[in-house]
Amino acid sequence: MRLSPGPQRRGPEQDLPRGAASTWLRVHGRLLASGFRRGAAYRGAALGGLVANVTFGFLKVSVLTAAVAAGGGELGGYDEAAIIAYAWLSQALLGSVNLFGRTDLADRIKDGSVAVDLLRPLDVQTATTAQEVGRALFQLLPRGLPIIVLGVLVGGMRLPTDPATLALGLLSALLAVLLSFLLVYLVAATGFWTVETRGVQVLYMIVSGFLAGLFVPVTLFPQWLYALALATPFPSLLQVPIDVISGRVDGAAALGVVGVQVAWVAAVFAVGHLMTRAGRRRLEVQGG
Amino acid sequence: MADPALRGGRTGWWRPYRAVLASRVRAQTSYRGSFALDLASSVLIGLVELAEIWVLYRSVDALGGLDLAAVLLVFGIADTAFSTADLFVGHVDTLPRYLRAGTLDVFYLRPQPLLAQLVTSEISVRRVTRIGVGLTALVVGLAVNDIAWSPLVVAFLVVVLVASTLTFAGLFVAAAGVQFFLVDASEMTNAVVYGGRYAATQPASVWGKPLVALFGFAVPIAFTAYLPVVALLGLPGAEWLPSWLGWLAPLAAVWTWAVALLAWRTGVRHYQGGGG
Repeated sequence: MRLSPGPQRRGPEQDLPRGAASTWLRVHGRLLASGFRRGAAYRGAALGGLVANVTFGFLKVSVLTAAVAAGGGELGGYDEAAIIAYAWLSQALLGSVNLFGRTDLADRIKDGSVAVDLLRPLDVQTATTAQEVGRALFQLLPRGLPIIVLGVLVGGMRLPTDPATLALGLLSALLAVLLSFLLVYLVAATGFWTVETRGVQVLYMIVSGFLAGLFVPVTLFPQWLYALALATPFPSLLQVPIDVISGRVDGAAALGVVGVQVAWVAAVFAVGHLMTRAGRRRLEVQGG
Repeated sequence: MADPALRGGRTGWWRPYRAVLASRVRAQTSYRGSFALDLASSVLIGLVELAEIWVLYRSVDALGGLDLAAVLLVFGIADTAFSTADLFVGHVDTLPRYLRAGTLDVFYLRPQPLLAQLVTSEISVRRVTRIGVGLTALVVGLAVNDIAWSPLVVAFLVVVLVASTLTFAGLFVAAAGVQFFLVDASEMTNAVVYGGRYAATQPASVWGKPLVALFGFAVPIAFTAYLPVVALLGLPGAEWLPSWLGWLAPLAAVWTWAVALLAWRTGVRHYQGGGG
């Protein structure tokens, strides 16, 4: 992974000083765009991901609709249409929301090339997150949209048509993508201390998927487990954006859950920032 | 595979394999902390999957004609078989990495069939605890279901476990064969391999026709756990999947391996080498 987005005539730090904030935005905008282009380069992988997401989507829909039918047409507040929307929307978001915990940064910390990133006049956390989010947002095109179209055409999914609801849903989805990469940054940043982060990554994969509601909506959990899930940022990765997009949660309640997402983004960002500061002092790169 | 070494026709063929396995086990257990974490993670994955089933069954008595006890048995058989296949054969899914790096050509220098080399080159010891979760579910499943025990039932269970393990192993090999063509799109075969693993723990009776076609017959996942369990418990089965099909689990393994070896052969013939 390169932090500079392709050949440039001048480095971002040499840009005209039009205020730190606008420089920051422009640089990170470019990183986001370069990540987006990078995602576009792997078409085969995107197609493979789509096939996998669709297959799992059909399996999830079958078992969840059977559960709703067995519950007499209603299961924990979900009717058939709502559970179908849940299954397909979760599959659509899965290509962009990182529930696997893997990033290039973990490899760069392991092989020491992160030392180069730390020399750049850019914050490692914001720069890598911008690139990874850009890459993930590209995945919405080959993996997210086709699944939503498929869900509507074949799966019988219905979505709200009210522009305000959809706009809030889109915002919620973007926050979920951002939050996931801020969380995965924490996973990678443990490498400043441990070098090898595979164990933490696998743990993240197991826990985040379950508590985000990847296979079963978090709202169907028993009370104690639901409370436990809500104490973590994970429901904000899938359950919340799905609830907002599908209109299951609307009005002031929708604004509330999106507010919770924003709070998690801020908190996880702050933790990542502190870890970066502490970690760059701990980092030991071997070799010359 | 035409090579006698894989069939065990030559005496002592397993001695080199045993040496390879011993070295792999030593390698994987040498980083103790990391290995312990791997073992614990495997258990946790199994437990989370069980929890997902349990959460659904909290609100309903039965899904697709299976109650929690029956579905626990399905999960136990499916998970034990898949994890065992994964332990012995699962690492063939690293093939795309060899293909991309061009290191596969090294295997051609050795006087053994490529597939035999790939299969015997590794063993994923960390799956052991995962098999433990599957076996526990299986034992509990056998205990809580009303089973009329007889020697026939025991033999049936053994045959089903072996056949299901072979079916999943064949699935890994078939997926690897297709990798020669896909290289960069390994997630496409993951849809069938890991989608198949997930499908195997479900009551197949909830599937619509496209899924029955895919995971009922083309990739005979329904034969690995669901159909044997409905046959064993005397349950009715599904519209396109009557319970007597459960007795045909070995046929599913044969079918999978026929497809797998064909896919592998086609893939190897397609392979042009890494260059250099």
